[in-house]
Amino acid sequence: MADLSMSSAMTGPRGARPKRALSPRNIMLYGILIVVCLYYLLPLYVMVMTSLKGMPEVRLGNIFAPPVEITFQPWVKAWSEACTGLNCDGLSRGFWNSVIITVPSVILSIAIASVNGYALINWKFKGSDIFFTILIFGSFIPYQIMLYPIVILLREMGLYGSLWGLVLVHSVFGMPILTLLFRNYFSSIPEELFKAARVDGAGFWGIYFRIMLPMSLPIFVVALILQVTGIWNDFLFGVVYTKPAYYPMTVQLNNIVNSVQGVKEYNVNMAATLLTGLVPLVVYFVSGKLFVRGIAAGAVKG
Amino acid sequence: MKLSKMTALLAMSVAMPAMATELEVTHWWTSGGEAAAVAELAKAFDASGDKWVDGAIAGGGGVARPIMISRITGGDPMGATQFNHGQQALELVEAGLMLDLTDVAEANNWKEIIYPPSLLDACTVDGKIYCAPVNIHSPEWLWLNNKVYTDLGLPVPTNWNEFVATAPQVEAAGKIPLALGNQPWQSNLAFGAMQIAVAGLDAWKAVNIDKNMDVAAGPEYAKVFQAAADARKLAAKSTVQDWNQATNLVITGEAAGQIMGDWAQGEFQVAGKVAGTDYTCLPGLGLNEYISTGGDAFYFPKLNDPEKEAAQKRLAALLVSPEVQVAFNLKKGSLPIRGDIDLSAANDCMKKGLKILAGGNIVPSGDMNWSPDVQKQAEDLMVEFWKSDMAPEVAHQKWVEILKSGL
Amino acid sequence: MASTTEAATGRQGAEARPRARWTRNISAKIAAIPMIATALVVFVGGTIWTVVYSFTDSKLLPRLRWVGFDQYERLWSQNRWLISIENLMFYGVMSLVFTVTMGFILAVLMDQKIRFEDTFRTIMLYPFALSFIVTGLVWQWILNPQFGIQGVVRDMGWTSFSFDPLNNPQTVLYGLLIAGLWQGTGFVMCLMLAGLRGIDEDIWKAARVDGIPTWKTYVMVIIPMMRPVFITTLVIVASGIIRLYDLVVAMTSGGPGGNASQVPAMYVYDYMFQAQNLGQGFAASTMMLLSVLIVLIPWAYLEFGGKKHG
Repeated sequence: MADLSMSSAMTGPRGARPKRALSPRNIMLYGILIVVCLYYLLPLYVMVMTSLKGMPEVRLGNIFAPPVEITFQPWVKAWSEACTGLNCDGLSRGFWNSVIITVPSVILSIAIASVNGYALINWKFKGSDIFFTILIFGSFIPYQIMLYPIVILLREMGLYGSLWGLVLVHSVFGMPILTLLFRNYFSSIPEELFKAARVDGAGFWGIYFRIMLPMSLPIFVVALILQVTGIWNDFLFGVVYTKPAYYPMTVQLNNIVNSVQGVKEYNVNMAATLLTGLVPLVVYFVSGKLFVRGIAAGAVKG
Repeated sequence: MKLSKMTALLAMSVAMPAMATELEVTHWWTSGGEAAAVAELAKAFDASGDKWVDGAIAGGGGVARPIMISRITGGDPMGATQFNHGQQALELVEAGLMLDLTDVAEANNWKEIIYPPSLLDACTVDGKIYCAPVNIHSPEWLWLNNKVYTDLGLPVPTNWNEFVATAPQVEAAGKIPLALGNQPWQSNLAFGAMQIAVAGLDAWKAVNIDKNMDVAAGPEYAKVFQAAADARKLAAKSTVQDWNQATNLVITGEAAGQIMGDWAQGEFQVAGKVAGTDYTCLPGLGLNEYISTGGDAFYFPKLNDPEKEAAQKRLAALLVSPEVQVAFNLKKGSLPIRGDIDLSAANDCMKKGLKILAGGNIVPSGDMNWSPDVQKQAEDLMVEFWKSDMAPEVAHQKWVEILKSGL
Repeated sequence: MASTTEAATGRQGAEARPRARWTRNISAKIAAIPMIATALVVFVGGTIWTVVYSFTDSKLLPRLRWVGFDQYERLWSQNRWLISIENLMFYGVMSLVFTVTMGFILAVLMDQKIRFEDTFRTIMLYPFALSFIVTGLVWQWILNPQFGIQGVVRDMGWTSFSFDPLNNPQTVLYGLLIAGLWQGTGFVMCLMLAGLRGIDEDIWKAARVDGIPTWKTYVMVIIPMMRPVFITTLVIVASGIIRLYDLVVAMTSGGPGGNASQVPAMYVYDYMFQAQNLGQGFAASTMMLLSVLIVLIPWAYLEFGGKKHG
């Protein structure tokens, strides 16, 4: 890694451009990355292989062996046949509910948190830091503790059992970390820009929409990743604060994976797991590129 | 035209004296056999003209209960919900959130037919009945793999003492004598089973029903702790998590035996094993053939809607009816809550259970005797005791203190 | 970029026109209403509610029947609770150190103009899409002595090979770490990468002109400049650690040896809902919140500390 302080005029990755494919530096660099990737990929490999085996083969033992006989039955079962009590339509049942819950929750929580972060950095008012500190404190509170107080709160607001109640809960619990992210990000945007806009007569919302938003793609992508994952994977809030008509996909996943009695169908578990994780994975894949492009556009300065 | 409309209306009013009412029912029965059993309940309810809306939540009571309680206290309750009968739902009843079923019970003569009566007692608060029991599950069973013993040229043990005596030979053959999962409740279950088997019925009753703490601290129970300390050595090499993984060790012959509830036989059945030839079940560990009669019951939250309330009461009556009891319990593998029905389709182990039940060799379950708080503390202690080298005397002393805290 | 606070207070000056105190910054105040409401009603309100009920003997439903410090006395006499705290401290320190160093080193490696950056990043990030329940399930399986790594290596002929972290009280926390790091480091790496790329090119140029070795530039210049990123990371990782629950349930149920991997959140949950003893659960959660406060107050003081504040 001796010569990596080379830098070029362009923004983006900062190391030296590789000169020879097989330089010692490259061998080490890619060697480390590949070993690390093996650690990350091992469980995925096990999950995929298991999900393609029949139960008799799974029982035989070796979890690393590829399937002798490939079957897609576990996938079909996980998606459309696995039973939750009497409803035997698998994960497909909760899929749209998850979408309906995730989309407004993600939009609302990111909207609120980005405005918070912006206000905290550029429009400080008396006490704003105290509220921020409280928010950070809130991010450490285990969700389970807040279960009952929020039931009471939602009941008093008349939102208990409704979709909007759940969206609100997600926005509230997403707020601490998202606000922190946005606050730190906005603090790195040069204040000259802000001052110039003020001189031009732009107000709170004007600056937010015309200057801050366009410069904040990377952090919005990070927030998106965080929220889509968190909300899509949420099980507890989804079942506690809504009714069965709105139960998200994770309720079915839990029912498939967490079944206490009866035979554990590992192959179906793994297929269900992969299916449930698909949406966040797609989001990562698509937004990962945006993430880098947003930074490559040179928006960020220290 | 007019006439046909009239007839249609008339026909409707005749066919459905009461409108079909939808009731949402929450429960944590989600495995294959359990779901099939619930389907029987739903089928019967739908056939009677109402509509069962299923709200299953997996993960057992620990996951499902907070959700159910939140729904009830949040003011958006379901039509009916499963609890283990006993003290779990007591406060909800006391807070006036649950529907009084006393008139249903009287109309259907529950006091006479529900057997053992302790089941109904567990549903009763201040003389009023608040739940409909549906089944009995007993945890005090020892499950053995016959082949492990025949391979070693040993007779299959017929009780716990023989099991312990042959354990060294089993171990020498490279097998785990006793399979035990790591989840805390399993250690507690094993200890519970040994309580009746080792201490005997009188001591058990003195402690769990009369709450006599001198007996709890006395020599009978010291023996139980000593026996458990011996048993934990037999289970030392058992390194699985879930109970059914432990059962699987017995099925595959890697382990010789397991202490587990009657639900374990579902695993043996699925694996194609036959009771008596491939495996042996010993209720009460073969020493004292007593089983405790815990189980599941349905509670009905108050909905303030006379139509739904009527439907709730119809469902309550239906759950206890003989037809539903037979259909449900055959699928569930549990015992029915009334002694006056025919279960000839039951398998060997289930018949053993029925026989013990008919003979009256039964005791109430921990859910009925102790608060969930005491049970949880005992569970914490048991898993520590079973999975470490805590001295039996120390565990015994701590255990008595926990019981005392619940008096 | 200097410290966040300086930049922020600097901007305060932008508000030039004199106005009445109340209407000053009025849009900002309106925009901050959701934050203020959340902070006050949910977090402060919920915390006070929890603390108040920790002094009662609430069982299934919250009830105001006072018992003084009974719940706390009982809590601190529980072996399980004491071990939970020890475990969490050990796991927390290890997890924090490893997540942050691994995340940072991986980000530095990713920042070397490598090929296939998208692929590498996706591979490291994907575990974050999976819930802890699932993570625990998969790793429990891989670490299973019979079917997992140990079994496979033994089948290959190395029969004395032993790798069974989950069934040994001494090593079980490392087993949890393997899974926890797998799930979380990818996201931290992304945060760090964003931070690294947010640093001005001129800094690197200047460092090169001065002939400072690369590693020294990272340690002396870059890391201090990434302070906000590190704070974000610390908060995200630390809050995850305090709430550690699902992973333990899925992998070990708190065992082996009964208590070897117990954590406080598990105690709270078990006692609130399984034991139906809300008072005891609230007492345990109050202790958890208190420890968070002890860490946070000095931080808040440093971050917003008195001297700069008007």
